[in-house]
Amino acid sequence: MLGIEDKGVLLVYLLCIGSSALCVLYGIIARNRGDEPIKPEDVKWVTEEEKADKEL
Amino acid sequence: MLAEIGLQQIIIVLVYLLVVIYLGILGYTRTKSASDYLVAGRQIHPFVMALSYGATFISTSAIVGFGGVAGLFGMSVLWLTFLNIFVGIFIAFVFFAPRARRMGHGLDAHTFPEFLARRFQSRFIQVFSGIIIFLFIPLYAAAVLIGGSVFVASQFEIPYTVALLVFSIIIAAYVIIGGLKGVMYSDALQGSIMFVGMLLLLIFTYVKIGGLTEAHEKLTSLAPLVPGKLQAIGHRGWTAMPDFGWGDTKYNLWWIVISTITLGVGIGVLAQPQLVVRFMTVKSRRELNRAVIVGGIFILIMTGVAFTVGALANAYFAENGPALSGRVVKVIDAEKNLAVLQIMKSGEAGTWEDVPEKMAPVKLFGDPIGRTEAGGQTAEIRQGRSIAIVYAGGSADEIIPMYIKDAMPNWFGLLFLLTLLSAAMSTLSSQFHTVGTSIGRDVYEQVTGQHGASTNITRIGIVIGIIYAVVISYYARESTFIARATAIFFGLCASAFLPAFIGALYFRRMTRAAAIWSMLIGFVVTTFWLVFVKAAEAQTIGLVQKVTGGKTSILSGKPNWDVVDPILIALPISIVTAIVVSFFTKPPSKEHLDACFQGA
Repeated sequence: MLGIEDKGVLLVYLLCIGSSALCVLYGIIARNRGDEPIKPEDVKWVTEEEKADKEL
Repeated sequence: MLAEIGLQQIIIVLVYLLVVIYLGILGYTRTKSASDYLVAGRQIHPFVMALSYGATFISTSAIVGFGGVAGLFGMSVLWLTFLNIFVGIFIAFVFFAPRARRMGHGLDAHTFPEFLARRFQSRFIQVFSGIIIFLFIPLYAAAVLIGGSVFVASQFEIPYTVALLVFSIIIAAYVIIGGLKGVMYSDALQGSIMFVGMLLLLIFTYVKIGGLTEAHEKLTSLAPLVPGKLQAIGHRGWTAMPDFGWGDTKYNLWWIVISTITLGVGIGVLAQPQLVVRFMTVKSRRELNRAVIVGGIFILIMTGVAFTVGALANAYFAENGPALSGRVVKVIDAEKNLAVLQIMKSGEAGTWEDVPEKMAPVKLFGDPIGRTEAGGQTAEIRQGRSIAIVYAGGSADEIIPMYIKDAMPNWFGLLFLLTLLSAAMSTLSSQFHTVGTSIGRDVYEQVTGQHGASTNITRIGIVIGIIYAVVISYYARESTFIARATAIFFGLCASAFLPAFIGALYFRRMTRAAAIWSMLIGFVVTTFWLVFVKAAEAQTIGLVQKVTGGKTSILSGKPNWDVVDPILIALPISIVTAIVVSFFTKPPSKEHLDACFQGA
């Protein structure tokens, strides 16, 4: 199949494409899940991150 | 030489650099306040975030270094691509990232060591992790620098040292001028260039060799050309897994491919300090879910293509490589015209002379082009084409640059240069930023107690990190250095940090002592294994040769121990240590754990 006789290499060739497809599928299914409101700790985190960046 | 580099090429590179810097400045000036950032965060498309993460994740080390390893060892290296996608994207984004983000914000942690330290309430953890990162990231950064430099050297036909100098200056200028933190949009531009460059490389390669199935078949048919030294350690061809087993050197390659290349790098990505912090920059879990789509495809097109093309380069060179001339010293397969040639050169008087110690497995073509006297017998001078590693002068790191230069059109060489510049810049800026903060925020601030006063130390740390990486790049020129240096850093991160990181995210019962001991044991066992057991590294370090009177490993003569990667030994010991110590030490307070796991 695909010109690759060795089962180990053929398997991984297909697994690479398959795992990539899994990512696409998961992303499409879960694309609207997990939105979170901004919390005070998020604002604090970003503020400090920005401060450190600007100083640098 | 340098003078031959076209003005056009220089202008295109300069325009590219200006655009990247402009995007960096644009992103910086448009972000006026934290709240703006968060609002903007809503608008940052997950596509941009994923490309940015991918560009940081994938470097010239993966494309040039590991692509070259695939050219040497074959498509079995694709197991690393599988882990890159499944572990590095799917597991990381779906399981680790959302918790790391929420917990990181809750603990107000801005570096990976700070995250572990606050979760386990230990200043020691922050300082110790900071020192490890400061000492070892430059090794990985050197691998990235070498990857870019060997390509520049090959593409423009300039000495490696000049290429390293030019490449280092470009990177240092980018890091210092403003790309330090890898602004999302410039990273995303770099990710897009990488994507286009690698996709075209894949298409060109398959078309050039005759299509997908035919290219694989041609590569399979070359198996008899595998050099004897590689056959002896289990290489069975570029489309086959190496021989698997234990207790004989003929299984060495399987253990190298699976333990060092696949597991060492594939698992280590989960505990990469510079990548973990990226999870904290996204707005919510939803963005991570969406980013998985682009991330999964991006990594496939990066390492999947690099490793496939690296292996297929053998099929290309065996058909189209420069002709080698010499006398046949061994017939490998008469029917397929496969033989070993003693390479010869034609002298001024029209006589043929052996090139000392230069033999090559070749696919013969054409009629004899002359005759020579060898050992009292007349031999025909034949021509043949060989495999990638022969044209790369024995250095796996040179295979991809050689292939691009020989097989691809000139304009593609320039696009690929931009691809590699992008890959290097996005990764190195993030690496050097991590080097700086590890010594500034994680070590200096914790040791002196002067919180928020480490900016200058961070700057100095970045400069030291850059110099340190350039010095390593100058001296380390062994065949597979890029892949080995990357594997050392990734493996070390896995063994020292991964049990503590997973424990921090998922196990409330994991204690401070358990985290400390797992890190210490992971680090010590990895170091011991590299210095005394794993032959490739132990030989370079040289201590074991002095101690044992010339052996390359204390387990020499006991195959296959001396090729097993430390991750297979150190990570399980580190995990067991974390579990056992947790059971025998006092758990953290409920209040602290509630604060850590709030919303996670």
